[in-house]
Amino acid sequence: MEIKDSYELPLPKERVWAALNDEEFLKKSIPWCEKLERRSETELAAEVKLKIGPMSTRFIGSITLSDIDPPNGYTITGSGKGGIAGAASGSARVKLVETKDTSSTTLSYEVSAQVKGKIAQLGSRLIQSTAKKLSKNFFGSFVQQLEDINKSK
Amino acid sequence: MNEVTKIDGIGSSVRRTEDKKFLTGKGKYTDDINRPGQVQAYFLRSDVAHAKIKKIDVKDAQSAPGVVGVFTGDDIAADKVGGPICGWVVPCRDGSATKEPPHPLLAQGKVRFVGDAIAVVLAETAEQAKSGAELIEVDYEELSPVVDFENAGEGAQIHDEVPNNCYFDWELGDEKATADALSSAKKIVKLRVRNNRLVPNAMEPRCALAEFDNLDDSYTLHTTSQNPHLTRLVLAAFMFAIPESKLRVIAPDVGGGFGSKIYVYIEEAVCVWASKKVGRPVKWTADRTQAFLTDCHGRDHVNDVQLGLDENNKIVGLRVDTVCNLGAYLSAFSVVVPTYLHGTLLSGQYDIPAIYTNVKGMATNTVNVDAYRGAGRPEATYLLERTMETAAREVGMDPAEFRRINFIPKGAFPYQTQVALQYDIGDYEPHLDKAMEMIDYSNFEKRRAEAAKRGMYRGIGISSYIEACGLAPSAVVGALGGRVGQWESASVRVNPTGTISVFTGSHSHGQGHATTFAQIVADKLGIPMENVEVVHGDTDKTPFGMGSYGSRSLASGGSAISKAVDKIINKSKKIAAHLLEASEDDIDFKDGKFVVGGTDKEKAFGEIALAAYVPHNYPLETLEPGLEENAFYDPTNFVYPSGTHIAEVEVDPATGVVQVVDWAACDDFGNLVNPMIVEGQVHGGIAQGIGQALLEDAHYDENGQLLTASYMDYCMPRADDLPSFKVGYTTTPSTVNDLGVKGCGEAGAIASPPALINAVIDALSPLGVTDMSMPATPQKVWKAIQDSQSVAAE
Repeated sequence: MEIKDSYELPLPKERVWAALNDEEFLKKSIPWCEKLERRSETELAAEVKLKIGPMSTRFIGSITLSDIDPPNGYTITGSGKGGIAGAASGSARVKLVETKDTSSTTLSYEVSAQVKGKIAQLGSRLIQSTAKKLSKNFFGSFVQQLEDINKSK
Repeated sequence: MNEVTKIDGIGSSVRRTEDKKFLTGKGKYTDDINRPGQVQAYFLRSDVAHAKIKKIDVKDAQSAPGVVGVFTGDDIAADKVGGPICGWVVPCRDGSATKEPPHPLLAQGKVRFVGDAIAVVLAETAEQAKSGAELIEVDYEELSPVVDFENAGEGAQIHDEVPNNCYFDWELGDEKATADALSSAKKIVKLRVRNNRLVPNAMEPRCALAEFDNLDDSYTLHTTSQNPHLTRLVLAAFMFAIPESKLRVIAPDVGGGFGSKIYVYIEEAVCVWASKKVGRPVKWTADRTQAFLTDCHGRDHVNDVQLGLDENNKIVGLRVDTVCNLGAYLSAFSVVVPTYLHGTLLSGQYDIPAIYTNVKGMATNTVNVDAYRGAGRPEATYLLERTMETAAREVGMDPAEFRRINFIPKGAFPYQTQVALQYDIGDYEPHLDKAMEMIDYSNFEKRRAEAAKRGMYRGIGISSYIEACGLAPSAVVGALGGRVGQWESASVRVNPTGTISVFTGSHSHGQGHATTFAQIVADKLGIPMENVEVVHGDTDKTPFGMGSYGSRSLASGGSAISKAVDKIINKSKKIAAHLLEASEDDIDFKDGKFVVGGTDKEKAFGEIALAAYVPHNYPLETLEPGLEENAFYDPTNFVYPSGTHIAEVEVDPATGVVQVVDWAACDDFGNLVNPMIVEGQVHGGIAQGIGQALLEDAHYDENGQLLTASYMDYCMPRADDLPSFKVGYTTTPSTVNDLGVKGCGEAGAIASPPALINAVIDALSPLGVTDMSMPATPQKVWKAIQDSQSVAAE
């Protein structure tokens, strides 16, 4: 399963990159995120609550950052266990490309996701649409927050 | 003239006596039974397809509310309890044996499919058991999953004992003669077909209730089984090493099996083990998801077929190379289904002088695959009847005529096929003719033209099938690798008033034995059916029996009852001779009365029964009192039902939806005991076949996750998917048994898929479509139509 999208941001690349590395900022971008704590430079602990099809499940897991190439992008990988509901994992390759005049940045992402257990058994048809929706929500609200901050300045 | 009581005997469409309780919701299934103090079991299952288990931490689960015990594979191993066994193995081409890896009751070190049981949690309530299981931490080291069975040989090895993930590589027939025949053939028709994987979907999920009695060290297991005695044998002899007398197995009302309840699964065995461990009755009921994940699936073959024809379009040779998916462990009959129940059927109804087949059984990280309604025979019929249809098209013959010229002629019976079986009797043209008449075959082109005016593609498809059922004789079964006998038992007890209790080794889980078997007894003894009760399903009540599967109950179980009744009649004649002061040779038995030939001296059956139990005037010096007889019947051959089914469909090119608009089924089941029950079996079988052909498909993704694990994604046939069936019969009584009966339980599921797919291809043939895989879903059909149009446009 592959999901791709991109956004134009009226901000320089460094500003976007900083936000991508700010866990408070990230947390605010994930409305369904109940907990996000930095464990190390590249690792965060997370608790999220998701509804996939008929199942509402709390996932406990970790988020790791890899392929870090400041300020051009990274790969953010999350994996979580939802107890009896099974497990889910997904990663997003995030890339930042600045326009020539450095006034704006294109944020693009490619997501892949896998599910196991009951979520796969009951919700497989819904995973693609759920992952798409979640990705859009996350990057959408991330971009929105950045734009709001930009405007209020 | 004597007043004769109306007897609902053989050939009468008596309403099923067992239906009152089922139709009023009063059936008593295993889950309806509860015991004081029972605990509920919940199985923690793997959610990965293939992994080493590094660690299982059950500490938190053990102290969870209501939890009584948490056990893992180590606990089972400590008690040296064995796992399920394979009931039939075959030799490999290279002379080696079938590879039989161990199947632990709970995973030991490794999990091999999504659903593999890792631990069992026992708690006061089912909810508490489930919540407790959530607290178990399993640390996996994931291994590469093997899902694509055709390439399983290159995948990660699933069992140490199974190199290249190949359980067996088996052959049957004469390879050289077949190669010669094919090389001399004027035309070779080649086809590759896939038999889609199915989930059995019995209405009642599996269930077990096990109790241990510490006063006499014995167990009682209520379970959903098609063969309680086999369940007891496997549990007692192979798993727990206890005397059979210390285990009673009861399979009460069972809500459908279709093969999936033949085997002893790990859950039932764990419940038995745990009932002693915790000293309380243990109950487990599968939910629907567990049924999808852990009931043995069916089919899942790929067949490469080569059929050689001579200049007159007569078949000269057939070669079939099959790869089949047997899943993570070898289930009880998983090996025989694609081999001796499949390869031996490849001659179908046709006179084929040379046949060779090779079958490779592969291990994958999917649940076990085993018998499902038809078991091997639907796969053989599908590949053969798809090939016959394709061959007819390629040589430009009407498919009916092409079959007709290749049928085994009526005078050729008994007919020895090139794949081991000898058909005792059959007559194939009459059921082809009758089915064609029933569906008005000769006017089909008019209907096609009329449908075309409405923008619909109409097609017609034939399937002429043969089935071998009533698996036998035991000596042959043994010579071919079977580890069980294939006889059936019956005990017929005449009560002092002349009523009858029949104890059968067969098991009824929807087949209507209480009615059919009573009819046989009523017919033979000339007594009302209401006077006959049929007892089954309890190892403490019935003689050791083999149970019900493979359409064997009537041919084997019914014949055993018939033999026992014959013994009753023989003994009764001796008693009657004494009472009537006549010679035994002069006694005729007719309409329930023993008559001295040529006189009006007679004794009713009830009088004989009473004399046997109150032997005041009785030949005690030469005859034992009482009237009860046993029979163990081991047939001398299979029985061979055959028939022709013709399907007519309309395809809507706008949506790709296939509507089954007409269906003619003409079957030869030999003599019919209860035509209404037979018709019901035919309907049910066709419905399942239509499900396979149009709707059902069990699908694992590349990681081994079962994506079709609920009715949201696994489509079962419903009433509006089915036409009103036209059902007819021809009759050539079996020569194998006294009743002249064959089996009818699987025929519909065997015959119907190729008829339907042939009809779909025929419908789309004006577009140049020549192939369609099962299930022919709207999406697939629509795409075939689009592709054909884009080819036409190029």
